[in-house]
Amino acid sequence: MVDQTLDTPATLKSRAAEWAALPVRGVMRLLDWPMRLAQRIVGLGGMPYVFLLPNLIFFGTFVITPLIINFAFSLTGGPELFIEDRPFVGGEQYGFLFDCENALNVSTCREDRFWRGIYNTGTFVFFQVSLMILFSLITALVLNMKIRARGFFRSVFFFPVLLSPVVVALIWKWILLRDGLLNAFLTSIGLEKILFFVDPTWAMFWAVFVSIWAHMGFYTLIILAGLQAIPQDLYEAAQMDGTPRMRVFWRITLPLLWPNLLVVLVLSLIKGVQTFDEVYVLTGGGPGTATQFIVQYIYNTGFSNQVQNFGLAAAASMVLGTVLLVLTVIQLVVARRKGGI
Amino acid sequence: MKLFGKVAVSALALGLVAGTASAQTTLRMTWYSDGNEGEVLRDLLDRFEEANPDIDVIVDNVAYQAGIIEGLPVQLAAGEGPDMARVTDLGGLAQYYLDMTPYLQDPIYWEDNFGPFLPWLRAPGDELAINGFMTQLSVTGPFVNKTLFEQAGVDLPGEGATWDDWAAAANEVASALEVPIPLAMDRSGHRFSGPAISMGAQYFDADGNPAVIDDGFRAMAERIVQWHQDGTMPLELWGSVSGSTYVGANEDFANAQVVMYMTGSWQISQFSDTIGDAFDWWAVPNPCGPGGCTGMPGGAALVALADTEHPEEVTRVMEYLASEEVLAEFYGRTLFVPGHLGLSRTGVEFDTDNPLAQHALETFSIGVATFSPVSFQLQGYPFNRVMFNAIISRLGQAIVGEMSLDEAYQRIEQDIEQQIAERTR
Repeated sequence: MVDQTLDTPATLKSRAAEWAALPVRGVMRLLDWPMRLAQRIVGLGGMPYVFLLPNLIFFGTFVITPLIINFAFSLTGGPELFIEDRPFVGGEQYGFLFDCENALNVSTCREDRFWRGIYNTGTFVFFQVSLMILFSLITALVLNMKIRARGFFRSVFFFPVLLSPVVVALIWKWILLRDGLLNAFLTSIGLEKILFFVDPTWAMFWAVFVSIWAHMGFYTLIILAGLQAIPQDLYEAAQMDGTPRMRVFWRITLPLLWPNLLVVLVLSLIKGVQTFDEVYVLTGGGPGTATQFIVQYIYNTGFSNQVQNFGLAAAASMVLGTVLLVLTVIQLVVARRKGGI
Repeated sequence: MKLFGKVAVSALALGLVAGTASAQTTLRMTWYSDGNEGEVLRDLLDRFEEANPDIDVIVDNVAYQAGIIEGLPVQLAAGEGPDMARVTDLGGLAQYYLDMTPYLQDPIYWEDNFGPFLPWLRAPGDELAINGFMTQLSVTGPFVNKTLFEQAGVDLPGEGATWDDWAAAANEVASALEVPIPLAMDRSGHRFSGPAISMGAQYFDADGNPAVIDDGFRAMAERIVQWHQDGTMPLELWGSVSGSTYVGANEDFANAQVVMYMTGSWQISQFSDTIGDAFDWWAVPNPCGPGGCTGMPGGAALVALADTEHPEEVTRVMEYLASEEVLAEFYGRTLFVPGHLGLSRTGVEFDTDNPLAQHALETFSIGVATFSPVSFQLQGYPFNRVMFNAIISRLGQAIVGEMSLDEAYQRIEQDIEQQIAERTR
């Protein structure tokens, strides 16, 4: 007797699926015993924590432990690298950072470079994040329309995201230098050369501009995905009602895009505060300290300066971490209230 | 069976002997290059390895800022450093150096030929250790584009000319020929200090403690700020970056965009390659002031490191590289001012037929005699980097208008005090 069912495609498919499932079953059997044991020990209610354990171990090893070590470093002084060799100084490093006669005047602070870094970072983040979201939104709206070569333009806007930040900064540096491409163009049309990197306003402008140019594609993509997820029937209904375009944007597009915009806001804000490599290569933090951001201050203090001060750098990074934590909590609270993420 | 046993034992013994003979010690050396010195070193080491098959030296060529200034101190502090390294923070890393004295065949040779420079490498309080030798003795001083002077019909200021004379002459040339940069100076506290000492800066009080701000220092600092404001010096060098970041003008000088460039003797090899005889790059004596006509001594040293597991082999390599014959070839091919007294006396046959390079080497070598004792005291001070960093970062802020010069002076003193206190905890 020959089993005729073997020849049907459905049976073959089912057999293949069974074969493919074999290794999974094997693994599940292997895990079954320890999982049952774990359930017996922690009970059914404790099982979610067992499943979270691997990630918690990873997070603990690579995030929490360094954080604790960093905090411990911030309570020590001296030039030694290993913490056991470093004298305990308590909150002295924090005291040094916060030693200001007038909190509103950076020049009165003992470590003015730290506060200049905070101030510069705040200025950069304000302009970079707001303009980045604005331009990403406009670009996404345009790229969502039925225009010619839409795929090409989407690629063009996304391309800078693929470049290394150092490459981005070097390209723009060559364009903006005294004898760079832009100054060559300016002189060719009879204008004077502009020394972009020796003027604080120009240097900050180009730091913001280059950062937006480099990262806008990524955020555009997130907003574009949000735009494409908005049901078309809402637009059709609005069209049938003769609703003006701007009203459609304010009443339909923007509210439904809110969760995506919030993601963009959170990501760009965190990324903005952490900005380092691009601006470091582009302006070196200058002129003076006009574009020296807080991460560069930490890097200079801990590593780049020929006199390395690990304790002070660790204290500054703890302050930065706290600021980021507060920002994240605020955003999460706002997001929950708005019913976003 | 007996025969088989003998054969087996003999084979085993032979194998062991052969194994011992071929056992190689691998040593690592961290090195950076300004010019062709990396190639010359490799060439010399190849010859050493040929004559000493038991030692293999791997040279890790690194970038100066990332590898030597930023990376090496952390490596050394972590006990993960190389066996040897080329360093410029001579005294700052002294705690990590190996005292080779017990392993040296002839310590007297080292004392006789490197004597004045050995204290630069020693930890405070140590008066005996032999840690390494100078791969180059550098001296700071200016180069001018003599061709531009000739084209502009401006005479080079003569002997005893001051910084003001040179600035005026450089401005005259620049305005006559529309050269964008009349005067450039490396963005470095070390480079600034020579001219400051020439203006009378003392840097230390009577007890040898740092006392940077005085009338001489102020005189030079005021000039530097003024020169940036009136366009004598370009803002792109001192004003365009933050902190203690080094910025040089060697590319601008090589492109004939600079009339006068205050830098140092280590540029000779590079200018020989990049400029050649395209124009007359002319080393001139350090300009003068009330404190003399001084630059700053300095240089780079090759040091043995204490964490090495092979101090004897390291010392053998160092002895080879520091030997008079090998060093003569090294200095000759790299166009470095010798940091070896014997060779300074007998002279080094520099491997160049470029008269400009020969003139520069001669100018810088003669110039050392005019250096102020303050410059040697500053170079030998173990916390001189603290002083250089504070000077350059704060003057940089004053130049772009972030603070007044008086505030900068106050900050310089505070920074030095705070950082020395931090390092000596």
